Amino acid sequence: MAITLEQMRHTAKLARLELTDEQLTELMRPINALMEHFERLQALPLDAVEPTSHSIPVFNAFREDEVGATLARADALANAPEARDGLFIVPRIVEE
Amino acid sequence: MGYIPSIGMEVHAQLLTESKMFCACPTRFGDLPNTNVCPICLGMPGVLPVPNKKAVEHVIRAALALNCQIAPVAMFYRKNYFYPDLPKGYQISQYGEVHPIGVRGFLEIEVEGARVPVRIRRVHLEEDTGKLFHYLPGESEVDFNRAGAPLMEIVTDFPPDLHSAEAAKEYLVQLRAVLTYLGVCDGKMEEGSLRCEPNISVAPEGSAQLGVKTELKNLNSFRAVVRGIEFEVERQIKILQEGGQVVQETRGWSEEGAYSFPMRTKEFEQDYRYFPEPDIVPIQITDEWLEQLRATIPELPLQKADRYRKEYGLGAIETRILTADIHTATYFEQCVALGVEPKTASNWITVELQARLNETNTDIRHSKLQPAHLADLIELLQKGVISGRIAKELFDEVFQSGETPSQIVQARGLVQISDEDALRAAARKVIAANPDVVEKYRAGKTSVMSFLVGQLMRETQGRANPQRAGEILREELD
Ligand SMILES: [Zn+2]
Repeated sequence: MAITLEQMRHTAKLARLELTDEQLTELMRPINALMEHFERLQALPLDAVEPTSHSIPVFNAFREDEVGATLARADALANAPEARDGLFIVPRIVEE
Repeated sequence: MGYIPSIGMEVHAQLLTESKMFCACPTRFGDLPNTNVCPICLGMPGVLPVPNKKAVEHVIRAALALNCQIAPVAMFYRKNYFYPDLPKGYQISQYGEVHPIGVRGFLEIEVEGARVPVRIRRVHLEEDTGKLFHYLPGESEVDFNRAGAPLMEIVTDFPPDLHSAEAAKEYLVQLRAVLTYLGVCDGKMEEGSLRCEPNISVAPEGSAQLGVKTELKNLNSFRAVVRGIEFEVERQIKILQEGGQVVQETRGWSEEGAYSFPMRTKEFEQDYRYFPEPDIVPIQITDEWLEQLRATIPELPLQKADRYRKEYGLGAIETRILTADIHTATYFEQCVALGVEPKTASNWITVELQARLNETNTDIRHSKLQPAHLADLIELLQKGVISGRIAKELFDEVFQSGETPSQIVQARGLVQISDEDALRAAARKVIAANPDVVEKYRAGKTSVMSFLVGQLMRETQGRANPQRAGEILREELD
């Protein structure tokens, strides 16, 4: 099943990528090639196989509930495009 | 035509841990913004989250207490969305019905004196988000102190079992009680450590289908939950009665204005693209681990209430007050352990103590009047050392000062007067001072006796033994 331009637009939007329809159309070819690989995988008879999310047989890697070091605030904010009074400043997303 | 409301409840409970869910930052509340942060909770590249074992155990215990089936293997998923309260671009959560820690449970609630189960769809573990402020136009300020704190989500089953605002509140009351008994959440709705987002719909009576639902946010107290749901039910019924259609949306609740309002909806339908969190290995919950945790579950609120009724013969209303939170129940049990008769302890706690705690907005754990003080006070009263009136005064005083009642009594000579001569002298004084009343008494109007006893109590600053006072007055008058 080939991906449509509409699906390409949706996917780009989800990833917050600003792409023109030409760019999206161009990208459809490699993405569709990738989709074909998945179709071949989908065709395999795997009903009896448990889905594998982690390839190593390891469970329960926990940490104890203990407080450790934190970053100095100046370091935490150092890479922020904008910061003020110890707060990260971001463009407003939802109007109040 | 009548309408039946249906209410589903989504509750988020902040878990009581020292450190965050996937990093060692403190979960402390009220610190300066962005001081409890590290590369993990800030979502910096290349970091690895490691789950907090205690948070996982809190959720397993809560799921057990809520009668859930526990997943033999639980997993974390990434819930992808862009919003500035999430530094990573995704939230580590659990995915719907796929491997959450607990599924298909129930919580019993009390509706009109009967126990009713409310089915629970799932109990899962996720991370909290940061906090956004909107001080200036066009921008938002972000504090990530809360980002990555452990959060438990509890969702009721569908179709909903709750059909009134009162039932929804009762569900929340019982849920909060269970969580605080377990010590997994402090249950403070005003501070946001317990947050409730009900979804509400109404349908004509007898209809097989549920109506269009709206979700309600900003409910920061039990009162807001009741009023918000009631408002929303009435709003929807009015729309339907006028032939309109309810719009599926998220609405906010204004407690000051007592109305709900539509919140701006997201620009397009969310597509979270959940996928298993590759950086966290699955959680295997063995029977052995489960049994260890099951053994840590205390007697739960409704069980306790049953026991108080059966063992101590307490009434329904007082057991409800005593068992509403674990600390009040503990206080009561400590009094009983100190030898106070349960009914007496219950009276003092549910009436006097509750009133003082409410007036002064004090947590029972921080009450200066401790169970030992109350036991001491009750003993003084029952042995006849002090009168009932002095007991109430002492109660107030100890509530404020935390001093020991028997020491105050000794230091201040508040010992009840049972001494014959002293009482008789006071009685004569009262008789002499109230000739009119005495006349009425002698004319057969014996009901004035209580007035005379009251005068005698006043004369002795409340220290007279009222029963003996009445007897002596009668002797003097006859
Ligand atoms: Zn951190």
